[in-house]
Amino acid sequence: MSSPSVLAVLEQRDGALRKVSHEVVTGARRLADALGGSVDALLLAAGGVKGADQLGRFGADKVITLTNAAFGMYAPEGYARVIAERAATGGYRAVVFAASATGKDLAPRVAARLGCALAQDVTDVGVEAGAVVVTRPVYAGKALLTLKLAGTPALVSLRPNVFTPVERPRAGVVESAAVDGSAGRVVVQRIRAADAGALDVAEAPIVVSGGRGLKEPANFKVLEELAAAFAGRAAVGASRAVVDAGWRPHADQVGQTGKTVSPTLYVAVGISGAIQHLAGMRTSKVIVAINKDKDAPIFKVADYGIVGDLFEVVPKLTEEIKKLHG
Amino acid sequence: MKIAVCIKRVPDSETRVKIAADGKSLDEAGVKFILNPYDEFAVEEALQRKEQAGSGEVVVIALGPAAAQETIRTALAMGADRGTLLQADRIPADGLAAATALAAELKGGGYDLILFGKMAIDDYNHQVGPMVAELLDLPCVTTVAHLEIEGGKGVAEREIEGGLEVVEFPLPAVLTTDKGLNEPRYPALKGIMAAKKKPLDVKPAALGAGRMEVVAMTPPPDRKEGKIVGEGGAAVAELVRLLREEAKVL
Repeated sequence: MSSPSVLAVLEQRDGALRKVSHEVVTGARRLADALGGSVDALLLAAGGVKGADQLGRFGADKVITLTNAAFGMYAPEGYARVIAERAATGGYRAVVFAASATGKDLAPRVAARLGCALAQDVTDVGVEAGAVVVTRPVYAGKALLTLKLAGTPALVSLRPNVFTPVERPRAGVVESAAVDGSAGRVVVQRIRAADAGALDVAEAPIVVSGGRGLKEPANFKVLEELAAAFAGRAAVGASRAVVDAGWRPHADQVGQTGKTVSPTLYVAVGISGAIQHLAGMRTSKVIVAINKDKDAPIFKVADYGIVGDLFEVVPKLTEEIKKLHG
Repeated sequence: MKIAVCIKRVPDSETRVKIAADGKSLDEAGVKFILNPYDEFAVEEALQRKEQAGSGEVVVIALGPAAAQETIRTALAMGADRGTLLQADRIPADGLAAATALAAELKGGGYDLILFGKMAIDDYNHQVGPMVAELLDLPCVTTVAHLEIEGGKGVAEREIEGGLEVVEFPLPAVLTTDKGLNEPRYPALKGIMAAKKKPLDVKPAALGAGRMEVVAMTPPPDRKEGKIVGEGGAAVAELVRLLREEAKVL
């Protein structure tokens, strides 16, 4: 029996495991294997979490659900307190979060409580001479920083879509316990949901982004139709120019002052490729560019390009993708 | 309302990153520095809150090199009342070290609000604001895109995956600001002139030992040379074939 070494902090919404949790367990497993220890997966919730019993498949030795009536929704202070206590008493070498909206808010609170170093939004984790070493993009991906984290536990949050879930079955023993305490002073009253099924650009496996070339806000309809053809796997992103112009919400902005994304497929439509935009999407696995200007910088980072009128090309692409999913 | 805004001097977002000879940092030669864009929302929010309250003070605090005085002057030109530079030649990679120095300066300041940008566009650390809140035992909401404050209570909205979280909190509090919260003003000439005469303290930053060592800064891996599949709608079928058979992403 190996000693507990990595605590994986997972996320649920409405009592169901969020998909990014599989990535967190996968990253935690990688670290635990390097450290020679086990993975404890931790969930905070109001009750049982759907999907928790499947986490053994991705490498969790144990799945612990801590329940509290105030923990159904994210409770920043309550969560931070419980996780910090658990991390301190469990003797963990590392604590792994998702670099999601919740994880990026929660991890710094836990780090400050523990007096430990935190590396957010990492794209690689490893162990060198017993120390946790991470790689994380800086300047929105124009450079990579390799950092060694001193002290125990080391805290990291993992960039979504980078740690592809791998099945490495472990026991996945399920435990559950009630915890005392309140949500804290900061209370999430409710979530105002976006349109049903809307994916976040930072988490979607496919991102279809548009820029000035769309000419006017209403024309984003052609991109929404293309995204819809991917049957729930694609989100619509936007360049800074069109967000600044008020065509699209900031939540959709890809680039240095927006989101840095790493989808499997990134389709840049009518985006010339300003350096701050390229910084935000260059870690995508495959990039497709559609632009009428053959000299646009976007073609320098694109794996595949089509030079042409997007209003002709995109609907044709939508038809082809629909056929695949038909 | 007494409001502190913590700001940072960062390279402009159009900067072409060149790595310095030490292999661990940015070569700053020829780089234009600006006020971190997310911090502009924090400064603007502070100014609007003070204006609505009809009285108060907006204090800007920066941790950074001597040149960050210029960044503070930018915020003063927007309308902040005074500034403090916690001077350090290098901003530590360890966000908690920066947070500790800022918390020491903020402690006992009697602020109703302490504002930060949600992150800096250079190190992407995304942590100093909430760490300061924990160190000062203050409530904190991060990445605030909409804010209402009445009496001693606030309601903030923050973007999460697939929606917005509506969050209630008591004052005093620490908030980090996101794009969309407001439209930052440009400093007017009058403001720029006035800023020159506003008080700006400089003192050494109380940075403890860092918990993080920079091993290396490297350029991102080059993307392999791509190809133009073709022109116009006629190229779509071939693109789809390549995505399926060569890239295997469909």
